Amino acid sequence: MKRFIPAISVLALAFMLPPLLTALKSAHYMTQLTMSAYYALASLGLCALMGYAGQINMGQAGFFAIGGYASAFISKLELSATAGSGPAKALDALGLLSKGLDSYGNSYLSPSPWLSCIAAVLLAVGVSALIGTPVLRLRGHYLAMATLAFGIVIEKVVRGTTALGGADGLSSVPAFAVLPGLEITGGRAARAANFTVSWVVLAAGLLLLANLVASRSGRALRALHDGEEAADAMGVDTARVKLKVFILGAAFAAVAGVLLTHYNGSIGPGEANFMKSVRYVAIVAVGGMANIAGTLIAALLLNFLSLRGVFGSLDDAVFGLILITVMLIGPSGRAAVSRLRAALSPKAAPSAAAPSPRSAAPSPRAAAPSPGAAAGVAARDAARKGGAS
Amino acid sequence: MDASLFIQYFISGLTYGSIYAAVAIGFNIIYNATGIINFAQGEFAMLGGMIASVLAPSMPLVLAIAIAVMATAAVGVAVERLVLRRIARFGVLKMIIATVGLSIVLREAALLLWGESVRTVPFFTGNEVSSVTMLGAHFSPQVFWIVLSIGLVTAGLTLFFKLTMTGKAMRACSANREGASLCGISPGAMVAVAFGMSAAIGALGGCVVAPLTQTHYALGSSLAIKGFTVAAFGGLGNSLAAVAAGMLLGMLESFSIVVVPEAYKDVVTIAVLLAVLVAKPTGLFGSRAAGALKAY
Repeated sequence: MKRFIPAISVLALAFMLPPLLTALKSAHYMTQLTMSAYYALASLGLCALMGYAGQINMGQAGFFAIGGYASAFISKLELSATAGSGPAKALDALGLLSKGLDSYGNSYLSPSPWLSCIAAVLLAVGVSALIGTPVLRLRGHYLAMATLAFGIVIEKVVRGTTALGGADGLSSVPAFAVLPGLEITGGRAARAANFTVSWVVLAAGLLLLANLVASRSGRALRALHDGEEAADAMGVDTARVKLKVFILGAAFAAVAGVLLTHYNGSIGPGEANFMKSVRYVAIVAVGGMANIAGTLIAALLLNFLSLRGVFGSLDDAVFGLILITVMLIGPSGRAAVSRLRAALSPKAAPSAAAPSPRSAAPSPRAAAPSPGAAAGVAARDAARKGGAS
Repeated sequence: MDASLFIQYFISGLTYGSIYAAVAIGFNIIYNATGIINFAQGEFAMLGGMIASVLAPSMPLVLAIAIAVMATAAVGVAVERLVLRRIARFGVLKMIIATVGLSIVLREAALLLWGESVRTVPFFTGNEVSSVTMLGAHFSPQVFWIVLSIGLVTAGLTLFFKLTMTGKAMRACSANREGASLCGISPGAMVAVAFGMSAAIGALGGCVVAPLTQTHYALGSSLAIKGFTVAAFGGLGNSLAAVAAGMLLGMLESFSIVVVPEAYKDVVTIAVLLAVLVAKPTGLFGSRAAGALKAY
């Protein structure tokens, strides 16, 4: 049951925080907390890929932007001219068109946000499958560069296309009526309800991820993380598993993009920016990579602080410093914590002269290589020679 | 397209190709020494141009550029000593994340120090209006300086790796790290030299093109991606091929304006990168055997 703790906590907070914050006269925090929840959802998608499959994606913001832009574009389409046509009638019969009067009193007929949302997520899934299939064959630096390149392409396309608003982006995105009487929109009256919606969506994402990690696919993922060849040899279809997680991560980002765009009523090319992708990576790294709860907390906290403007003009620098610091602290956040605990416990004091795990690690290799390590090195050398000849 | 327009595009391709080649050579030197790709490579070119532009008004241009190159080299060595050396054991993913972090810190530091205005370095000869006319095309004499610099850097590097003891030691380290250290070469020192050289070359490239292309604190990431495209295009680790690939990409980019709208110019570059990575990760001139030698 331990794995459901993050989802249950978020679900509980979704309903408990609004009255609490209102009582504390801090209801305005709910706006940033709503936005943070959507960014957290995108970060969790990346956590599955980076933490569990050990693959990097430096273009996560690209999928967020695909979702947001596609939904904004489609839900703003004006279909009045084609009202009588067959497809329009069919959509209308399914309840997938929204009509009414805009603020200037003109009647409009547009695809409903439900339609645009589904289309946008499907688009992101399609693009991620299309990009992921060739790109996930790459490893390490190549994968990082290829996904970074993908993110930059999305930003350039979005910025350069006049139909998508160019540098200004798309605004006046209609509210998303999720249920009768429940709209995703940025108005003050809808603040508490929107907070609850966003945290419930986040809880649903957490639940999905918790189940994934505990399932057969989750074990395959961890096997993949520990060694791709070994996982392959054990019968894991590594290419398929990687692609599945990549697509899942993209879908998380796209859902987050759609909902945040309807919440804000606008989206700009900044959402597709390289720095945004770096943020998602930084958040997963701070969270401890393969750590859902850690990623959740890091995402909510860092995004909230950033959106409140706590970091001021150092906003981006903070995320860069986080990346370096987390990497410097150690191979993983958990190891750093255990080292800290060892250093702080009184029992460790007499043995302080003994080498710390950090400096001890290389020494056995240098002094007396363990048979396992020696065999590993020999195997790698053999593999390299084989590759070179 | 008439001859003069053709030459105009050609010269523009040459200019941008040179800076891409400079960044790609930087990637290659570090890759050969350590097997890693330094995502902060573009920031070295940015730093070079920025420092030179700040110093140029108060001293002779040559001195300003020399200081800019040396200061950036120092930054390169510091980055390796203070950060990357401590992470190297923990694998590629951490290394990528750390160098991305470094690139952002360098970029934000530049923003804090020098603001977000677009800066420029004085022209080496003449000024912004002086031009050379060739077959009806007009271009700045700075183009000669750019081509000369990149030629000198390439020739100098080739001689350095062939003739000097340090160059040979660096190649030995890249071929076999353990073997080299058994011969009394310090791989750590060679890695530091590699970072210094790589940063210096990037900075020089940044200074030389700055009069024409201007410089800006956020220039690094797009230079890094194009430099990497060029390095991968030529085959990682091969600096001569990087120059050829740089020119090829510069031309492709400048001639792409004929068919593709200007706003999508970078998309062309990146499409090339994705195609090269997927179809032939060892690059156009790289052999599969050379690629397999590297850990990553």
